[in-house]
Amino acid sequence: MSPVLRKLLRHPSVSLSCAVLMVLLVIALGAPWLHTIDPAAMDYMNVNQPPGTHAVVTLADGRDQARTYLLGTDTYGRDIYSRIVFGTRVSLMVGMVCAVMSLCLGSLLGMLAGYFRIADALLMRIMDGLMAIPAILLAITLVAVLGASLPTVIVAIAIPEVPRVTRLVRSLVLTLRDEPFVEAARSLATPTPVILLRHILPNAIAPLIVQGTFIAASAVLTEAVLSFLGLGLPPEVATWGNVMADGRVNFSEQPGHVLYPVLLLVPAVLAINLLGDGLRDVLDPKFNRRKG
Amino acid sequence: MSSIQNPVLEISGLSVALPAGGDRQFAVQGLDLSIGAGHTVCVVGESGSGKSVLATTVMGLLSKNLKADTGSVKLMGEELLGAPESRLRALRGLRMGMVFQEPMTALNPVMRCGDQVDELLREHTDWPARERRARILEVFEQVRLPDPARIYASYPHQLSGGQRQRIVIAMAVIMKPNLLICDEPTTALDVTTQKEILKLIADLHRSQGCAVLFITHDMGVVEEIADRVVVMLGGRCVEQGTCAQVLRAPREAYTRDLLAAVPDMTPPRPSAEPSGEALLRATGVGKAYVSHDWLGRRREVAALQDAALSVRAGETIGVVGESGSGKSTFARCLARLIDPTAGQIHWGAYPVQSLRERALRPLRSNVQVVFQDPNRSLNPRLRIVDSLVEGAVNFGVPRAQALRRAEELMTLVRLPVAGLTRYPSEFSGGQRQRLAIARAIACSPRVLVADEAVSALDVSVQAEILKLLREVQARLGLGIVFITHDLRVAAQLCRQVVVMHRGRIVEQGLTAEVYARPQHDYTRTLLAAAPGWHAAAAIQS
Repeated sequence: MSPVLRKLLRHPSVSLSCAVLMVLLVIALGAPWLHTIDPAAMDYMNVNQPPGTHAVVTLADGRDQARTYLLGTDTYGRDIYSRIVFGTRVSLMVGMVCAVMSLCLGSLLGMLAGYFRIADALLMRIMDGLMAIPAILLAITLVAVLGASLPTVIVAIAIPEVPRVTRLVRSLVLTLRDEPFVEAARSLATPTPVILLRHILPNAIAPLIVQGTFIAASAVLTEAVLSFLGLGLPPEVATWGNVMADGRVNFSEQPGHVLYPVLLLVPAVLAINLLGDGLRDVLDPKFNRRKG
Repeated sequence: MSSIQNPVLEISGLSVALPAGGDRQFAVQGLDLSIGAGHTVCVVGESGSGKSVLATTVMGLLSKNLKADTGSVKLMGEELLGAPESRLRALRGLRMGMVFQEPMTALNPVMRCGDQVDELLREHTDWPARERRARILEVFEQVRLPDPARIYASYPHQLSGGQRQRIVIAMAVIMKPNLLICDEPTTALDVTTQKEILKLIADLHRSQGCAVLFITHDMGVVEEIADRVVVMLGGRCVEQGTCAQVLRAPREAYTRDLLAAVPDMTPPRPSAEPSGEALLRATGVGKAYVSHDWLGRRREVAALQDAALSVRAGETIGVVGESGSGKSTFARCLARLIDPTAGQIHWGAYPVQSLRERALRPLRSNVQVVFQDPNRSLNPRLRIVDSLVEGAVNFGVPRAQALRRAEELMTLVRLPVAGLTRYPSEFSGGQRQRLAIARAIACSPRVLVADEAVSALDVSVQAEILKLLREVQARLGLGIVFITHDLRVAAQLCRQVVVMHRGRIVEQGLTAEVYARPQHDYTRTLLAAAPGWHAAAAIQS
């Protein structure tokens, strides 16, 4: 495995995107120590302030502290800088958990559909049905039914991705199930679940990882869109989408409030997509051949 | 070599470096070769000997991580190394044509065959459409394609393998090139088709007077077609000379090894008839694939009909036939990897043809399969040890004991025990086939079904694997069903052969008798088409 790893790290877009994602991860994990205050704390004395406003804020424990609002404050007087930094946590979490969830669920269903004929017809028709519903509409419906919370939003974003993963895994399983090594395992009386988990899944993992990164990227975007539309997490939760949604109210005076979260959102999505491209280049043997 | 006046192709001191970290420094090293007009030079060698690199260097199609270091390649006196890409592209159609190994991948699957050839003509000529079409039909006629007008409008998938290869040859020769490069053009084809294609290449080369650089691993093919032979090993030329000299009186030890490894067509004296009851017995086995079109109409394709066979302990039965003859389907039915739709298969006295997977499981250890493609028969993500113990563990053997057994097996198939912790990609094709055999015999089967188990291997490796199979059989008393398209291999290993054609068994009997007095027309055709029939005889004498 180590030559693959070395090759990955030498790939320019993989190393670049990994660096960007590491920075984002540090921001997310270190949010409380990055010169931030409680992202939900409201300062009614300083509402809609431009970047760089000096003020004295009262902390949660009652102490007063002199503070510069680096990126200004929103319509409730919350520190936009802190909200964006804390919002990184939500975005990365949503991206990762959605990817893992839809991959797990999709792989399971895809393996069932690819290996068992009867499951195939039924499962794939359900998946076709799911694919016919626009993802954002499905997400809105789920949030409306289940209520706005982080788990709901994650489920709402992950579910529409499941059919795509299922299809991918199914097609991989269909080609892998006729491989001689799978037939050899069958003739060695290997139980079917073991065949699926030991012989088929590991050989399908490379395209799955690639698909996972694209899901993560689109999940980060979708979460921001849902929050922006007021359909995602509750407005007091610090997310990039919520910051943009709040900034929209005051867009003519402080256009920056909508734009600042984008300064993290764009690199985040770009880095995840680049990572996916790089992984595909390295892991997919088709891209290793000579160019002609 | 200096005797050739005005050679069409002259290669001198050619070296092609491999990227750092390869198994050797040069793919091709210090190679000299020249071909005069109307001559055929065969380059023979095992896989990895650099023969294909040689062909691609001449064509100017080297992959980007390879580079011709030194030497020169001259086509009609024009230096090709370092020539600009545009010049090479022009030369590739006009002065040299190339025929590849796999005709399906050499053709564009979504373009009509005629249009593909037409594209070439548009590139290299300014003929009007009608003239181009007439020329293409003429060439199709020349390569003996039936009904050229229909072939012109056909897509590659509608043609047989042999017809596709004829199209590729038509593309290679349509501009009447001075040099025709054939890179294993018949390796992917059946023996009878191979015979026809070889004859076609020989005829074309006679009528057009072009020089032919023919690359092959098959000494039998060499014997059929070559004027001169170049034997390559590890990127170097070890011997070159006229066909007769190299084949009849080889100077180098390696050439002799290569020739000795070519399986002999004459079967050895049949061994004593094995005694005992049949282990695995199939009668009237058939497999039909049923599909429904969009109107729900039933369409049935019979892949296998009325096949019968019985194998006893210590006996090897050969099943020979061309691709599509149903021999692999038969093998999979015997191993119960697919369900036969007709007939009975008995394990001892126990009918197994319709047992469900769960009920079949306890019997699985008795019949094991070895597959053709060594690259795909081992799970690339599992270490060897895990592949080898899988069967034993499935049958309830404790892991520690299975591990000890895996070590014994490695010794049995003559691989280092340390190899157990490696992955399949760290082994060569022949070694992987040894591992596949080790895995198959790990849970002590009584019958081994070898489905083209040596077809993808070099002759010398092939000889080793055949030897290994014989040893394993002698030691464990296995019954072997050996499926192959190669009559020479069947002759070496099998006491009895079954000849299959279009899903049916057309002839069966003792190998020696079938080969000496074939009863069925198809068997006769098959025997006559086997390359190197004469070569083997010549070496014998």
